[in-house]
Order: sequence, then structure tokens, then C-alpha cells
Amino acid sequence: MDLLQTIVAHYNHWIIIFLMVSGLYIVVARGNMIKKLVGLGLFQTSVYLLYLSPGKILGGTPPILSPQFSVYSNPLPHVLILTAIVVGVATLALGLALVVRINEAFGTIEEDEIFAGEEDE
Amino acid sequence: MIAANLPALQVVLPLLGATLCAFLRRGTWAWGIALVVSLAMPFVAAALLIQVLDGGVISYAMGGWKPPIGIEYRIDVVNAFLLLLVSLIGAVIMPYAKRSVEKEIAPEHQPWFYAIYLLCLCGLLGIVISGDAFNVFVFMEVSSLATYALIAMGRDRRALLAAYQYLIMGTIGATFYVIGVGLLYSMTGTLNLADMANRLEGIENSRAVLAALAFLTVGISLKLALFPLHVWLPNAYTYAPSMATAFLAATATKVAVYLLLRYFFTVFGASIIFTRLPVSEIFLILSLAAMFGASIVAVFQDNVKRMLAYSSVAQIGYITLGIAIANKTGLTGGIVHLFNHALIKGALFMAIGAVFYRIGSVKLDDLAGLGKRMPITMGAFVLAGLSIIGVPGTVGFVSKWYLALGAFEEGWWWLVFLLVASSLISVVYIGRIVEVAWFRPVSAAAKRAEEPPLSMLLPTLLLVAATVYFGFDTSLTAGIAERAAELLLAGIR
Repeated sequence: MDLLQTIVAHYNHWIIIFLMVSGLYIVVARGNMIKKLVGLGLFQTSVYLLYLSPGKILGGTPPILSPQFSVYSNPLPHVLILTAIVVGVATLALGLALVVRINEAFGTIEEDEIFAGEEDE
Repeated sequence: MIAANLPALQVVLPLLGATLCAFLRRGTWAWGIALVVSLAMPFVAAALLIQVLDGGVISYAMGGWKPPIGIEYRIDVVNAFLLLLVSLIGAVIMPYAKRSVEKEIAPEHQPWFYAIYLLCLCGLLGIVISGDAFNVFVFMEVSSLATYALIAMGRDRRALLAAYQYLIMGTIGATFYVIGVGLLYSMTGTLNLADMANRLEGIENSRAVLAALAFLTVGISLKLALFPLHVWLPNAYTYAPSMATAFLAATATKVAVYLLLRYFFTVFGASIIFTRLPVSEIFLILSLAAMFGASIVAVFQDNVKRMLAYSSVAQIGYITLGIAIANKTGLTGGIVHLFNHALIKGALFMAIGAVFYRIGSVKLDDLAGLGKRMPITMGAFVLAGLSIIGVPGTVGFVSKWYLALGAFEEGWWWLVFLLVASSLISVVYIGRIVEVAWFRPVSAAAKRAEEPPLSMLLPTLLLVAATVYFGFDTSLTAGIAERAAELLLAGIR
């Protein structure tokens, strides 16, 4: 019962771990370059949650000083993750741009087809 | 006024330069801006190093926000040394870049190339100078994204693949780094590295901190191409434009090694890393695997750039070996090799870039007889090659000497034999190039070759001269490295 409670109480961690591992799995297991980038996006998103979920305190308010409130949520993780999202968008944009160029140069975005073609040369 | 804001200038100047370059449409003008910025950087870095050598640590509050809340630029001997290294390489490579880039990059892309290069420089300097864990991540991504774009600008279409693969691996590495920082932040409530080190006291053994250490180590090791996480490196170095390869090989991995040193010694402290966890053993095995495995692979390469790339993986093994030995002498060896290898690999890749400029190929067969056609360039190449081998009188010998002494101090005499044995493998691959370039009939590609223009030859010769000079006068490099090692081993406590 205790174990079950611990597991349920940390449900946010389970979500994070699930997203993290499935993202990483897609990156490793898929040969399609767009799908790999989708996996990479999932993997990065899990980290956003990793930062955000400990920042929120139940019953906490935004950090505005007022005599009525005594419990505040930490705003810093949100700011950090705002930056991380920008970085993630830039990475995804560059990755997709590269995939477009690869498609123009090789005529495919499947990794095995490209490597098979390279070996023939 | 300027003296007080030097730390900010170190990062802001390349950033401004990059923005200016992006507005220009002429490659030459963009090159001019990049040249001015790159030449200014070593002066800034040298001024910082002199201040640090005299007066200890510089703490600079970015934007006037006091640390530990605000972002702190914290400069001690270790990162001042790295700042000087990165900016020196940038300054030496810029005069070289003009002709090489004109040859390899389409005219309409040249301003972008310089803009991206300056962004990369800004990111690398930022990683080194910043004392804030998350700020380091942002700079890491600035430099990484710029690096992917630089690699993708290579002529060969396989450059695109190399860039894509590096993007995937690099992003996984950077994300691992953020996960580590996130765990540390949730344990300590601070992002300032010095502050974090203080607050970690007493909770070093908690599972979250150990997990953070694991994520950070793997993430940074991906960036520094520690064996077996090096698979992105050979393709990236082979297909990137010559100038980009020379710059990245000399700086990018070194900056990642610095970051690892910073986390291991300053944040976590040598006592956690080396007495309670088997980090030393793990790094010893991986370093040796890199030194032998990558060197042997290098012997069988037919593309000289790829050969040098594998040699880079092997040489990174020597640097991490210094971390594994973890006494003062060994660590000095590792840090000195950081500097020395940057000089050597910069020189080697610049020489081979000059060869590419003249004969349009870096295949070993096409280099046949080139020793007669381009004697100065190939002579410079061989001299730098001797340094990779570690011949006495070159910088390579200095680093290996310190590593061997460090191994003796630990009582690991067998390691000294392995050091010599792995050096012998590098004799083989450098020897292959010498054999091809001097003892074979001139190939069709090399028939019309002549020495490269002076703007490419002089910077290459300058770096080669430095590899010999610092082989004799070790007071600057080894002296500073020794102080850096002392500082790191003392830790924050």
C-alpha cells in the first residue's frame, strides 16, 4: 500500500520518465529523419516538465508580495524553460532545414536507403 | 570602464560581429568584421589572464544583477587559460579563412558563414566564461547550432548527413546536460556553480545528486567525443569546410573538456568523484580504449581528414587520461595537452586545408609526391605530426611527459608503457602520409600543385612554430596548467 502511494504520489515523475524514454527510443529506433526529430522533440519536452513540476507548490501563488499569501511558487523554472523552448524550436528548425536539404541532395530521408546508396558509390 | 567590463566584451563582441555580418552581402566585408573581432579577442583574454594571475578570481555580475541570483561571469586561472586558447586559435585562423572560404563556400553564403562562425566563437567563449549552469547550457546550444550549420556548409552532400547526425547526438548530449542541471537545481535551489558547490555539501550521496552527476557526465562526454560517444566526430570533421574543421578540432572539444573539469572538480569536488565513485577507473578504461582503438582505426583511413579526426578522438583520450590519473602532475598533463593538442590539430587541419585548396582532394592517393610540390606545407604538416607522436622538443612530448610522471606518482608504471605504445601507433599513421607524400611518384592531382597563398601559409607556420616553441619553453603553458590543476584539486572547499 505504501509502495503504491509513493508510486501514485510521484505521478509527475512517471510521466516525465515515460516521455523521456519513448522520445529517446524513437530517436534510436526510427530510420526516418523526420520521425527522429519528432522523438527528439518528445525527449526535450520531458525535460520541460522535469523543470516545471517541482516549481509548482500546491496552494502556492505567483510570487507577488502581499500580506494575504505566504506560499509562493518558484517562477525561475518557468523562465528557464521559456529559454529552453526557444532553444528547442531553433534546434527543430535547423534539423528540419537539414532534412529538406538532405531530401534534395539524396532524394530520400530514410537513413538505410541513404547509407545503402552511399556504399554503392 | 573598459577594463571593468572585459568579461562581458569577451562574449558581446563576437555576438555583435555576427549580427553585423548577417546584414552584409559581400563575403570580403563580413570577413573584415570577423577578422577585427577575432584579432581583438586574444587581447581581451590576455588582459583577463594577467588580472587573474595577479589577483585571484574575477567575479563579474552580468547586467549588474548580483550573484548568486544574477548571472555571474567567474574567471579563474582555469577558464582564463581556456579563453586565451580559444581566442588565439580564432585569431590565427581568420587570416587563413579568407582564401579557403572563397574557394569552398558559394559567394552568396560567405557572409552567413562568417556570421555563423562568430556565433560559434561567442558560444564557446560563453561556455568557458560563464559561472551559471543554465547560462552555460544556452551558450552550449548557441555554439552547437552554429557548429551544425558550419558543418552543413561543406561542399560534399555527405556534409548534410554529418551535420544531421551531429545535430541528433549533440542535442541528446545537451538535453542530458539540462536534465543534470535540473536535478541539481531541484536539490540545491541555485544555478550559480560556486554556490551550488557549497550547497551540495552534505547531500552528495543523495540519489538525485548522483543521477545528476551521471547525466552531466554522459551529456558532456558526448560533446567532448569521449570514446565510445565519439561516432559523430569523424564524419563531421571530414565533410566540414577546411576552415571550420580546423577551428572546431582545435576548440570545440577542448571547451567541453573544460566543462567536465569544472563540474568534476569545482562543483562536485574531487573527493566525491574520485574516492567514493569509480569515475577514475571508468575514465582510465575509456581513455585507453580511445588511445588505442581510435589510433588503430586512424591507421586504416584513406581520407587524410578522417584520419586526423580519428587521431583527435585518440588525443582526447590523453586529455581524459589526465583526469583519470587525478593527481596534480597528471591533471597538469591533461590540461597542458588541452592547449597543446589545440595547437597541433589546428596546424594539421590548416595544412591539409591548404592542400585541399591546391589539389581539391584530401584522399591519401592524391597526396602522392606532394612533398616535392608543396614542401613548406607538407613540411609543416610533418612537424606538427611529430608533435602528435610526442617527439622530444615538441609540445606533444611535454604533455606525455607530465602524464607519464603523474602515472608514476600513482604507481601505475604499466600506464607509461601503454602511453609509449599508443604513441607508436601514431608513428604509423603519420608515417603513412610521409611515405605517400615523399616516396611516391607525383599523382595526377598533385602535378600542378604549388605552395598555397601566403595568407594561408603564414598562419599554419605560426601554429607549427608554436608547437615547437612551447615544446622548449614550457614555463607559460605548463606553468599555468600547473596552477590550474592546483586550483581544481583544491576544489571550492
